[in-house]
Amino acid sequence: MDTLTAIWGSVPEFLQTFIIILLKIVAILLPLILAVAYTTYAERKVIGYMQVRLGPNRVGPKGWLQPIADVVKLMFKEVIVPSQANRFVFLLAPVIALAPAFVAWSVIPFSNTMILADINVGLLFILAITSLDVFGIILAGWASNSKYAILSAMRAGAQVVSYEIAMGFALVGVLMFAGSLNLNEIVKAQSGGITQWFAWPLFGLLVVFFIAGVAETNRAPFDVAEGESEIVAGFHVEYSGMAFALFFLGEYANMLMVSVIAAILFCGGWLSPFEGVDWLINLPYVGVLFGHGVHWLLLKTAFFIFLYLWFRATFPRYRYDQIMRLGWKVLIPVTLVYIFAEGIYIGWKMWQASHGGGLT
Amino acid sequence: MGFEQIIFYLFATALIMSAVSVVTVRNPVLAALFLIAAFFSSSAIWIMLEAEFLGVVLVLVYVGAVMVLFLFVIMMLDINTDLLREGFMRYLPIGLLIAVVIAAEMILVMMSKVFDKPIPAPLPANHSNTEALGEVLYTQYVYPFEIAAVILLVAIVAAIVLAHRKRPINTKSQKPGEQVRVKSSDRLRIIKMDAEKRAGS
Repeated sequence: MDTLTAIWGSVPEFLQTFIIILLKIVAILLPLILAVAYTTYAERKVIGYMQVRLGPNRVGPKGWLQPIADVVKLMFKEVIVPSQANRFVFLLAPVIALAPAFVAWSVIPFSNTMILADINVGLLFILAITSLDVFGIILAGWASNSKYAILSAMRAGAQVVSYEIAMGFALVGVLMFAGSLNLNEIVKAQSGGITQWFAWPLFGLLVVFFIAGVAETNRAPFDVAEGESEIVAGFHVEYSGMAFALFFLGEYANMLMVSVIAAILFCGGWLSPFEGVDWLINLPYVGVLFGHGVHWLLLKTAFFIFLYLWFRATFPRYRYDQIMRLGWKVLIPVTLVYIFAEGIYIGWKMWQASHGGGLT
Repeated sequence: MGFEQIIFYLFATALIMSAVSVVTVRNPVLAALFLIAAFFSSSAIWIMLEAEFLGVVLVLVYVGAVMVLFLFVIMMLDINTDLLREGFMRYLPIGLLIAVVIAAEMILVMMSKVFDKPIPAPLPANHSNTEALGEVLYTQYVYPFEIAAVILLVAIVAAIVLAHRKRPINTKSQKPGEQVRVKSSDRLRIIKMDAEKRAGS
């Protein structure tokens, strides 16, 4: 042990910082990648049961090793670069699609102390980073030198840019109540049990946020970017092997991201819904489970992920012009009205506070 | 050399290299990509200067929205780069002149007394740049801020009016709003009628 501390002490200071940050990143990314792998499994199982079939059940006990088998298969497949494609951009696009999906996780508060970067502008940071996702799709569409791919890139680009506005407005509502852009502060603003969650007063914004999130991640029923009935597989029609796997990984990491954000902003993040119910928290052994902790965040995230899968199993795909109409003419006005009403409410509260309550 | 300095030089090098590449690269899409990289590195430098709000907004607005539309336009246009290169020698003197003027102006600005003050002490970690900016914008500068907002709104409306093409009155187009509201009873009429006997049986 002493030799280890001696070795650690001899490392220059900037390298120490660097190594610690790297280790933290690995501690976030490894579980994330595993979660992505098993989200694909969950998706196939959930949709399977909803459609009265079994889903994957051959590889390993109950099919638990299916994601591993898929990864191995994708790794050994050849990455084919189409002729006349721009080789550099073609291979860069999956990386650009994946990187933002991972970067955004750096500001997520997993519990009161488990945060990689506790920055003041966490909410804006997430909005900015997730707005970069669309570049992967656009570049993939352009570099593939395929008509299907470029059509899909156009669709995805227009869709993501329009839904970002509704999503941003939904987040404005949250930050008006929380009074902070720091994600951990937003979580703490909801402390006091399940009744204090922003999901109740801001239910409309939660719905708008989640619809916009589904559209942002190009998932069913808004998955026109890869609508296989019209444009085969959209932007990744020319991709194979690991290059395709990176797109896949990015899409699911983004789904997880939107679910985590919804859990943090509207459902109290790592806060326990049983806060204030003291007899439950003071129970021997199991009481810890009812206290605050990362398990609540995971549970809430899992619920939103389930919503994603549920949507995919039940809703038919939107037509493209109806998607744009929903984004611009329904969701944005709804959020504007909501924010306006919320502003009046907060103003009234402040006026009441400064006049010692009572309308005298 | 501290950790911060290493990061600064990393981003500064990336910024300068990508900014140079924007002009020198032949492929317009690659040039746009390098412009994105330049925006990104400069936003990182802003964040290191404790202007985290501006840095993030730079990425959000310029990279996330403006450059997406930029890329669209570049991808849709069939740019003939040979035509653009024509007359390079003819315009070279003017270009050089402008470059020299800009360089001289920048040097003059940099050498002015405005920048000749000590480096401010770093603010505490919990200092919120966003809050400070919001307070100034909505109290001290509230009228200029709102006037700027109205001017932007006017510009948006004007751009739409200018670009809007009047279609002939009889043009058929889909109205998704009406299509969404349609009910099965509007399209389908179920008629009850008795079964008819086949002739001859």
